[in-house]
This record gives sequence, C-alpha cells and structure tokens, in this order.
Amino acid sequence: MNLFLVNPKSDFTMDNSFRIDQENLQHLFTTLQKRGYETVGPTLADEAIVYDTIASVEDLPVGWTDEVGPGKYRVANGGGLSSFGYTLSPQSWKRFLYPPTRKLFSAKKNGKSFELTQENDGEKKHAFIGVRPCELSAILIQDRVFSSGEYHDDNYLALRRNAFIVAVNCSQAGDNCFCVSMKTGPAAKDGYDIALTEVVDGDNHYYVAASGTEKGREILTEIGAATASGNEIAEAENVVRRTTAEIGKSLDTRGLPKLLAENLEHARWDDVAKRCLTCGNCTMVCPTCFCSTVEDTTDLSGQTAGRSRRWDSCFTMDFAKVSGGNFRTSAKSRYRQWLTHKLSSWVEQFGISGCVGCGRCITWCPVGIDLTAEVKAIRGTKVKQEKGG
Amino acid sequence: MLETPVLDEIKSPNSMAPLPATIRRIIWETDDTYTLLIDAPRLDGKEFPFRPGQFNMVYAFGIGESAISISSDPSKSNLLAHTIHRVGTVTSALSKLKRGDMIGLRGPFGTAWPIEEAVGKDVCIAAGGIGLAPLRPVIYTLIRRRSEFGRIIILYGARSPLDLLYRVELEQWSKVPNTEVITTVDRGDSSWKGHIGVVTGLFSYVKLDTPSTIAMVCGPEVMMKYTFEELERRGVSQEHIFISMERNMKCGVGLCGHCQFGPKFICKDGPVFRLPQIRHLIEKKEI
Repeated sequence: MNLFLVNPKSDFTMDNSFRIDQENLQHLFTTLQKRGYETVGPTLADEAIVYDTIASVEDLPVGWTDEVGPGKYRVANGGGLSSFGYTLSPQSWKRFLYPPTRKLFSAKKNGKSFELTQENDGEKKHAFIGVRPCELSAILIQDRVFSSGEYHDDNYLALRRNAFIVAVNCSQAGDNCFCVSMKTGPAAKDGYDIALTEVVDGDNHYYVAASGTEKGREILTEIGAATASGNEIAEAENVVRRTTAEIGKSLDTRGLPKLLAENLEHARWDDVAKRCLTCGNCTMVCPTCFCSTVEDTTDLSGQTAGRSRRWDSCFTMDFAKVSGGNFRTSAKSRYRQWLTHKLSSWVEQFGISGCVGCGRCITWCPVGIDLTAEVKAIRGTKVKQEKGG
Repeated sequence: MLETPVLDEIKSPNSMAPLPATIRRIIWETDDTYTLLIDAPRLDGKEFPFRPGQFNMVYAFGIGESAISISSDPSKSNLLAHTIHRVGTVTSALSKLKRGDMIGLRGPFGTAWPIEEAVGKDVCIAAGGIGLAPLRPVIYTLIRRRSEFGRIIILYGARSPLDLLYRVELEQWSKVPNTEVITTVDRGDSSWKGHIGVVTGLFSYVKLDTPSTIAMVCGPEVMMKYTFEELERRGVSQEHIFISMERNMKCGVGLCGHCQFGPKFICKDGPVFRLPQIRHLIEKKEI
C-alpha cells in the first residue's frame, strides 16, 4: 500500500480541457453565487494573501506574490496579470470546514432534567476558489480523520458535502514547498470540481480548466468555457512542469513512519527542543492538524449552560494533563508528539501521512524549525537500521 | 491513492450530546472517592448496554466532563455506577450532587475486558487504587457466570486501609468458591493485619497456573508496569495480559486528539489493551 498520495507528474495531461478567460472566471463567481454558494478565495489583507469571502475577480490579488523562508513571509507586487501568482495563504481552508471555534450545544435546565440544543452550521455552502493541490490533499486527509472511525464530525461532513472546490494548480514554487516529495502537487489529481491552470503568456492571460465532477462540468459549460486548443493545453502543462522543477525542498519519505517510530529516543529531539518555543504556530497553520478542546460555560443563574469547541495544539502545556499529572511536560515530548504524529502514527491511524508538504509549519515557525531538516538529521544518525518500510 | 470518501453515505451516531440522567444515590467509598448510582438513560429508545471496561463522559451541568469508567454490573443496565476520585473541578462538582439531581452522560465508549476469551481459564485481576473500579464489572460478570471460569484471583492494593474501595464486596467476593482476594496497603494502621507493600508483592502468595491464566490489570501506570513485568516473569504470556490506560480526553470518540498514545487513541482503541499493542510505548517516557 502506498502510504503517500499518488499524483503522477510524468504522465500528467490535460486532455479534454476547457479554456476560460478572466471574464469567464467572473461568470464562475456569479454562477456559484446564484447557486447559493459563498465564494471564498484569495485576497490581499493585512500584508498577506488570505482566504476570505470575496465577491468577484476584482478581489483577487492580481499581480501579488509571496516570498517565504524558514520563519519568513512577505508579499510583494511584482506586477503582471496573474490572479493566482502567489503560492499559499498563511491559513488553509481548514478554518471554513473545521471552524477554529464552534458552539457545540446549549443546554437549559428543565426541572430535574435538561434540554439540549445542538448547534449546526452545516447548511452553509462554500465555494473555495483557488485551492492548491497540497491543500486539496489536506482536505481529503481531514475527510478521513473526521469520517473513518465509528464516530464522525457531523458538522465537518455537512460543510464538506456542500463545498464546491475550484483547485488552481501551482505556477510558482515557494521556498518551503515539498509537495513533490509528498506526492500532493503541484497539480491537482483528484477531489476537485474544477481545476484551473493559470497561463500568462505576454498579454495572453487565460486558464485551462478541467472538470472533476459532473457539477463542475455543468458549471464550466454554463460560464461559457470554450474547448482548449492543443497549444493552450501544452502551455498549461508547461506551467505545471516548470513548477515541479522549481521545487527545491524535499523530504525523503522512504520508510519514514517506521524510522520515526524506532527513533523516539533520538538525541535530535533534545536538540530541536532547545530551539522550539512550543508556541503551537505549526499546528495552527497546518492544514491537517485536527486537535480540539472544549470549554463549558454557564450563565449566572446556572440555568443555561453551553459548550464550545476550539482548535487545540499538542504544544500547549496542558494538552496531555490529567488530574493526577501531566504526560508531556517537556518541550521535547511535545515536539516529538507533533512530528511523529504527522509523519508516522498518522499513517497507522488513517492509512496516510498527515503531511502534504505545504511547508506552512516552516514558514510560520518563529525560530524557523524545518521539519525536513529534523527528519534528515534523524535519518542521518538513526538508532536502528530500517528494514524496508 | 487517496480517494474521496463517499460523504453522502456516512451516517453518524450522535455522540456529542450528553443525555440527561438522574442520580439515585451517592455512596462515599473513602474520604475522597464516591460512587454515583445513576438511573441509566435510554439510548435511542433502548436500554444502556455497556461492556465491562467501557467508560462514559460524565457531565456536570455547566462545569464540564470527565471520562469515567463504568463500575456497575453490566447485567443491570438500568442502574449505572461510576466510582469517582474527587480531584478536579468536574469530579468535585459531581461529588456535591444529591439523589434526584441530574447529570449528563455520553457513552458507553471504548474497548472492553476480554471476558469471552477468559472462559475456561483462570483469571488474575490486579488493581491499584481506583483501578479496581473499571474491573468491578468484570468481577460481577465472572461471579455471575462462575462455572465458566477457572480460579479467580483478585490482588488489590491501596494507599491505606481506609482507601480500600468496595470493602464489603471484597469480603463477599473472597467467599465465592475457588476465588482468592488478597489486599495490601502502602501504609497500615493500628487495625490493619493484612499485607503491607505494593501489589506486585502479592504474587508471592499465589501460584499461577500460567498457561491458562488471563490477567487484567488496572491502576497507576507505574503499578501496571511492575505488575505486567511480574506476570511475565511468572510465565504469563504478554498476549494474555490486558491493561486499561488513562489519558486526557475531551471528546471520547477519537476526534479531539488529546488521548493519543503513539498511534493509539486511548478512547477508541482502548482504554483496554492487550499488552503487546502498547508495551513498546509504555516503556518510553512522555509518549
């Protein structure tokens, strides 16, 4: 079984694709809005490219790009026609399907009993415009996290069912990207309704569009998409090929789950613990991290109570605390929990790696810890020889 | 390749909503430990069936939830018992409730002790402190079906004589045919004539017929570690040793991530584990 996502780049083709221009793209916005979708996409705000509710193509960050490094994020306007000429937003789409805070229920005392009202925002319909292939993989991974066990996250699944996904293949590799290693990009393979590749060829600006679902196909037809020419398809394929070649960072995934499971006492964990601030940024920006905690509240009369859920992080001091003690007090144990979960135990839990190679944890680490470097160090001086994997 | 799950086909049992339940009685077992007897709520219009070893998320209205093992007889599913150590906010709030007061329950969750696997075998139960509570449903079951099992050996340790749980029942269980109950305390008092010391010390008073013994162990992690090492030294196979683990839990159903122990979620893959499932992790610090 291949534990990592498969995304064939060698035989990547866009046969039977459509061509749309910026005007068609605007039609896409209005068509989706007419169908009841809240259109969410990239836009410039607070000196970052963020995913937010946007009304039209006017809101897209035309001409803007982002530059990242370990602990570094900057936006710059390089001019040009690109609407999707950046790599990634700091925050992923997770916040729309799995909101950072959410009311679970309110309860009202009723004599000697209580009545519970469960909150549900599953009616919302999001259209995500500009989902990167690695982010799409992250969504597919969270689908598993929230639906593979006996109990499911109904709210996530309701929002997910209603979501319409317009993926946009990457035309620029960020310095922290390693999607090629994780087999999640830079082109979307599965899970989208529509996938776009943006081509800017001098003054010629267009998108090659592929439909992944019947609904996607229907909408492409509705917005007046034309059949893409062989030349246009070739240009789009070149964009993906060029991006693939640009990706400089890598993570050697061979036998990785086993490697980490066998090296829980490796000296590198002490080393990284000296640098790690246990701030939890990596978990907040990670598109697959799913840990949460709950908070119970009550009004002054004690008659009405509530419970809300919010994202939690395995880096917080009380994450593994029980009344009799705390199972992870050291920074070492908390960093190790995060990394081994992401790259090792996740595979046993969900049949797939928890990392999609987006590199956000590197970008947003205040001290620039790079998980690919940590893995490399462990692999370089591993305790045991791995046997296959 | 990762496929999109067929999201429309997923039907989810509603696991996040506490069901109201009424307290019938509170029994103080020791100075800081009490048992709530609860009229079991109906679950989807049915009785509240549970298996020995499973737990509920017990909700103190407006305060919060704690994961607590069920300590009652599974054959009496209309009356649930939770034996609770008063240590935190939730367990303190629950301790102040009275007959007729209301709590909330979500559950039953988690894996169970291997009762059916123990049929025809000797059963060695080793408990430390409040660890006897999740094993009490096993003891009730073994006694009710006494003829189906070999010897029953109950080894139980507590901090002091007054910290021993279920003292009347321990006495009753010791009178069941072919059943041994041996207790020990860390510190005795003037009235204590029994054993002093850790639970593992009690193994020198019993002779285990090891090929046919199933061991079920629950207590503080260090106690469980010494106990399974002692059991192995005496020839009990790892495969026949079961332990029940504790971790922080918020959801109880494998979604919040808090209770992870390596690749295991204590709430859904446990709390009861066959030792080889987690032995390699127990021996490491801060997993």
